[in-house]
Amino acid sequence: MCGPCQAGVRAVPGTAVSLDGMGTEDLVVRAEGLRKRFGSTQALDGVDLRMRRGTVLGVLGPNGAGKTTAVRVLATLLRPDEGSAFVAGVDVLKNPQEVRRKVGLTGQYASVDEDLTGVQNLVLIGRLLDLSGRDARRRADELLAWFDLTEAAQRPAKTYSGGMRRRLDLAASLVGRPEVIFLDEPTTGLDPAKREDMWGVVRTQVASGASVLLTTQYLEEADALADEIVVVDHGRVIAHDTPDGLKRKVGGQTLRVRPADPGRLPDVLRLLDLLAAPGTSASLDESAGSRPGAVSAPVTSDESLDKLIPALRGERIEVTELALHLPSLDEVFHALTGRTKAEELV
Amino acid sequence: MTTLAPPLARHSAALAKRSLIKTMRTPEALIDVTIQPVIFLLLFTYLFGGAITGDRHTYLQFLLPGMLAQSLAMGGVALGQNLNADIEKGVFDRFRSLPISRAAPLVGAVLADVVRYLSVCVVLLLFGSIMGFRVETGFLPAVAAVALSIGFGLCFCWISVWVGMMVRTSGAVQGVMFLLVLPLTFGSPVFVATDTLPGWLQAFVSVNPITPLVKTIRGLLIGGPVAGPLTTTLMFMAGLLVIFVPLALRAYSRRA
Repeated sequence: MCGPCQAGVRAVPGTAVSLDGMGTEDLVVRAEGLRKRFGSTQALDGVDLRMRRGTVLGVLGPNGAGKTTAVRVLATLLRPDEGSAFVAGVDVLKNPQEVRRKVGLTGQYASVDEDLTGVQNLVLIGRLLDLSGRDARRRADELLAWFDLTEAAQRPAKTYSGGMRRRLDLAASLVGRPEVIFLDEPTTGLDPAKREDMWGVVRTQVASGASVLLTTQYLEEADALADEIVVVDHGRVIAHDTPDGLKRKVGGQTLRVRPADPGRLPDVLRLLDLLAAPGTSASLDESAGSRPGAVSAPVTSDESLDKLIPALRGERIEVTELALHLPSLDEVFHALTGRTKAEELV
Repeated sequence: MTTLAPPLARHSAALAKRSLIKTMRTPEALIDVTIQPVIFLLLFTYLFGGAITGDRHTYLQFLLPGMLAQSLAMGGVALGQNLNADIEKGVFDRFRSLPISRAAPLVGAVLADVVRYLSVCVVLLLFGSIMGFRVETGFLPAVAAVALSIGFGLCFCWISVWVGMMVRTSGAVQGVMFLLVLPLTFGSPVFVATDTLPGWLQAFVSVNPITPLVKTIRGLLIGGPVAGPLTTTLMFMAGLLVIFVPLALRAYSRRA
């Protein structure tokens, strides 16, 4: 177990957000109308992004949606053809050097120097960030310990495994204690355990005050980490909301009730039928994977739950399960883009 | 510890150290500035020396200063290749995302090449003296010859840096650079006295930046006029910097 995983603290629970009423002073990333064209490809086609300080913004989209281009623009690696962007209050186009002082970037491909050892890689970054030799060394040791790389510190990075390289790369982007961290598909190609480690790192960073913008193809990852999610497709933002808000927006909630006495199933079926969304009806759960003995019905609003509870009480039906299921982000993504699943597009 | 050096110098020094660490870790990357010049020296002295001057020792005295110039021009090729590979691997993305001058990664890599050019000079002079080469002037002129050689190498290598930023693969850097370096070094007084050459080739030799360099080094090592060719050489060096440093920086900025 490495440090970051143990320190996994979920920061800033998903409070309801009103994106319109958001004061600009809370915004640590604010981009408007970003456009970028590469030859015949319109990589960004008018992207607006807003990220609140101290939160995680997940940028979700299939390969080629424009996620990486957007991150490269925000991290000052690429100039947009049109549009404006402010990061940590600084204009990305007018004052890129100031932005670079405040951000850390971990790209899709680990950009560590393979011929340098772990510690040499980090000390170099520290020196380039104007730390003294001693401070650069101290920060490097601290980060190596934190990322569980102390034993490998004196080995050239070319001897590292894929996961170790990713960790070193992430450590390199944290040397300067950045206010804003950009992570471009930080877990692509990592096995599930390593992915969870990375999630722990992200949560710890946020808990200590940083803001994180991460791109991902994994809906599960955005759901687990992000306070808000932006869905990008064909260079455009097609949705921006909290994970729950997105699920709700797309609809398709399911109300499920399991009576304590299986003999009451017909009564439950009748009650749920009354609450079911127009054109649908309640049904016994018989699909593979779900335990029999429950009734489900598609519903349109949270109010259905408020109506159901008095009805159940009125008929004296005891229940062992009563739940309103939001659709998974997979379903949301499908509804928004007309595609089945982000990963399948690779 | 705080240093008062300007940021570009400080950051370039840190990045030069990175290049040196890489060089130390892969000593085989020094073949082109150690074994290769020696092989050329042996080859030309023993294979052509007798035929060209009738006397190997006379030819070695003539050849070695020119060899120095050729090896330095060739020594810069690897720099463009390395920088090209660095960019392909994404290492430079990290540098671009840091608050340092755009020029620092390139300047740092060029500075680290001093070690390679010094190696060329030391290896050629040491091995040459084993073969019988003698400095006919004195210690200080010899030191000046080495300093000028390294200085020229530092200016000439910006062509390689620029090519490294422009072409797609590091193999292509070598291809393009040899197309340039071979005519420049052979179409010069490195191997033969140029009065035997046809007129059109003499015209090329007279505008070739390698020509005044070879003449200056020759003057500093075995005697002869220095002031004239030195002035021309310094002007060429300044010209190389004025043209190729901005070109290289612009190509680097454009390369996403």
